[in-house]
Amino acid sequence: MASRKDGAVAEIEKKIIEAFEVFDHECNKTVDVREIGSIVRSLGCFPTEAELHELLAKVEEEEPTGYINLEKFLPVMTKVLLDRSYQPIPEDVLLHAFEALDENKCGYITKEELIKYLTEEGEPFTEEEMEDMLSTALDPETNTVRYRDYISMMIVDET
Amino acid sequence: MGNCTSLQPLQFRRLALFLSLAFKAAVLIQQWYRRYVARLEMRRRCTWRIFQSIEYACEQDQIKLHNFFSYLMDHFTPSSSKERDFISRMFISGESFKEAELEKYCDYESMEVPDSYTGPRLSFPLLPDHATALLEAFKQKQQLHARYVLNLLHETRKHLKQLPNISHVSTCYSEEVTVCGDLHGQLDDLFFIFYKNGLPSPSKSYVFNGDFVDRGKQSLEILIILFTFLLIYPKEVHLNRGNHEDHMVNLRYGFAKEVMQKYKVHGKKILKMIQNVFCWLPLATLIDQKVLIIHGGISDTTDLDMLQKIQRNKVGWSFPSGSGRRCRSKSSGAASWWTASRSQRSPPIPILDILWSDPMPQEGCRVNTVRGGGCYFGPDVTDKILEKYNLQFLIRSHECKHEGYEFCHNRKVLTIFSASNYYEIGSNRGAYVKLGPDLVPHFVQYQASKTAHTLTMTQRISRVEESAFRALREKLFAHTSALISAFKAYDKDNTGKISLSSWAMAVESVLHLGLPWRMLRPQLVRSTVDGMLEYKSWLDDLAMEQRSQEHIQSSLLEVIYRNRSNLETIFRIIDRDHSGLISFEEFRQTWKLFSTHMNIELTDDGIDDLVRSIDFNKDGNIDFNEFLEAFRLVKQSQVCLQMQSREREGRYL
Repeated sequence: MASRKDGAVAEIEKKIIEAFEVFDHECNKTVDVREIGSIVRSLGCFPTEAELHELLAKVEEEEPTGYINLEKFLPVMTKVLLDRSYQPIPEDVLLHAFEALDENKCGYITKEELIKYLTEEGEPFTEEEMEDMLSTALDPETNTVRYRDYISMMIVDET
Repeated sequence: MGNCTSLQPLQFRRLALFLSLAFKAAVLIQQWYRRYVARLEMRRRCTWRIFQSIEYACEQDQIKLHNFFSYLMDHFTPSSSKERDFISRMFISGESFKEAELEKYCDYESMEVPDSYTGPRLSFPLLPDHATALLEAFKQKQQLHARYVLNLLHETRKHLKQLPNISHVSTCYSEEVTVCGDLHGQLDDLFFIFYKNGLPSPSKSYVFNGDFVDRGKQSLEILIILFTFLLIYPKEVHLNRGNHEDHMVNLRYGFAKEVMQKYKVHGKKILKMIQNVFCWLPLATLIDQKVLIIHGGISDTTDLDMLQKIQRNKVGWSFPSGSGRRCRSKSSGAASWWTASRSQRSPPIPILDILWSDPMPQEGCRVNTVRGGGCYFGPDVTDKILEKYNLQFLIRSHECKHEGYEFCHNRKVLTIFSASNYYEIGSNRGAYVKLGPDLVPHFVQYQASKTAHTLTMTQRISRVEESAFRALREKLFAHTSALISAFKAYDKDNTGKISLSSWAMAVESVLHLGLPWRMLRPQLVRSTVDGMLEYKSWLDDLAMEQRSQEHIQSSLLEVIYRNRSNLETIFRIIDRDHSGLISFEEFRQTWKLFSTHMNIELTDDGIDDLVRSIDFNKDGNIDFNEFLEAFRLVKQSQVCLQMQSREREGRYL
């Protein structure tokens, strides 16, 4: 007997399977462990790296093979979505984060400062990640990131 | 921030607080950004899947067209000589001239080149200077005079005829061999390869692995350049035939059109010669007896010894027929011209396999239903063939790859694809591979479009995505009626609404594209009410995007869109003299036959409406290019290509 709740769960499962299959190159219900982050995030979640590692521990095999099986991934991910873990970061919270790094409260962060914070603090960016963010965020004339404008632009892009 | 030890306790506390805040802020920003990037990656992969599935679906269309012809052959008894003529024209267009007839028909010696012609003048035997002159001329967008084109084609044919089916290359002669994959008329990519890697020469061997033409707008220039180098450096330049080196495929995918547009007077002769030259292209290349290069792939029955013996020039029509691997010709008391046409229906299976097959991850060998010819071959098939002939690995092309190349089957099969930005600017890189005597592959990747480099990753992905979704929405529109039926099946209570889950299932059941519809939904379905979709208005919105002719029945428009590619191909086949015109009567007959076969219900009024909307002052002839353009049936890809060629002014980096 299909209850309304079951229907919702079934739909969530279908979504997860779809996302998984996009990265399943060999068509054998496995994905490279390094793609799990992309899959989880594209399903609407915002985990930190630490949270991602926790999740991986639940879905990896006892002896890690470098691959994750759909069989193990599906129930764990379904629970994540039902519990609404790894909530999205609202625009205003993101803004506060940038403002916290803007010591002088002038509305922008210099390139050097941003690089320092994001590659040395928190869960550091790789050089590639930093370069990529700067390519969109940096105002080349002033060599600064005007974070309010940046956030507005990115939010529009998302929808 | 100053020396910590000299700080007052209060300042120290403030510093500690700030640092911990900074840490938290950084985590948040990084967390958010990584999610953004992951979503981009997902969008990129989905976009790729869209393009690929549509591309392959189009190839399936070709099969449907063939089925249509088979149907005609098997069921249609021409009731008048007029009808008989009409049908025969569809088939005999694949015929190959006898040699002497061809020489006579495509004669160039009597063609005069006016003094006003400022392009390159070729004399034979060709010299390296001729090649450089041609390259320079094409960079300046000049055109080679038809006389020289035909002369070149004649000489090329003479040369190719003496080559075996399988070319042999040795890394003893020239230290290094460069292998290039599909070029598909993208001249900028070829320019880039020569710029980066150097021109062919006695110390620089090249293998071009098929699909030189179609889709891109400079297929003819590519052929001219490749053939020129082939004749100048016969030991160092090798060409393999691809599935696009085929007349029927050229009618559909743009090469025939390109030639006729560029050479209005002599185009037909040029096409005829090219058709013949294609038949003489070798099928495979072997490097040092260790690396096999073929355009598509192999099958479990691939036999190189047999392949060597086949009469490759008898395969005029490389295109597979839809009725499966074993073609049974049904006799229906037909005249000899029927059976003659039938024997041309399908080329030998070994050749189909070489030109059309694709590798798959699973073991085994099964029919390639997506392409309609060749097979899907697994790693076990690769191992078997490599072992049988003592080979190290295979190089093939035929499939577009995001990075321009890709290994599979445990690095035993390499796909190399040299047409960058194939689907759209920013969609993929092109690549070529170099092999030295150690046969270790070295890759060079590129994207021959200045624009691609100036775009950020986000912009590149968005742009390609836009293009993909446009194509997808058009496909959805083309299946409106089937979609309505499918949606209604999920809407038993006739509320006019269905759940998004039902939407995804219905759409897949109609389009069969194997796409992740739930991931794509946000881009396709803009508004929902309580999580439910009002499907009629959604379909109406789709229709509005496509409608260019208000008074034509929507259902008719839908039919045209769905069969657009086939219609165009049929037109071109009927139009034997490549004039771009077919008579009204021919148009009506074609349409009637086609709709009967496809079980399309169309009234005579419907056809008349159609015709009335075409400018008809050409003595009862239809300029079908105008017809196709009037209904916005020009492929989106062609529109994009126009944009691309405008942007390519900036050339390569």
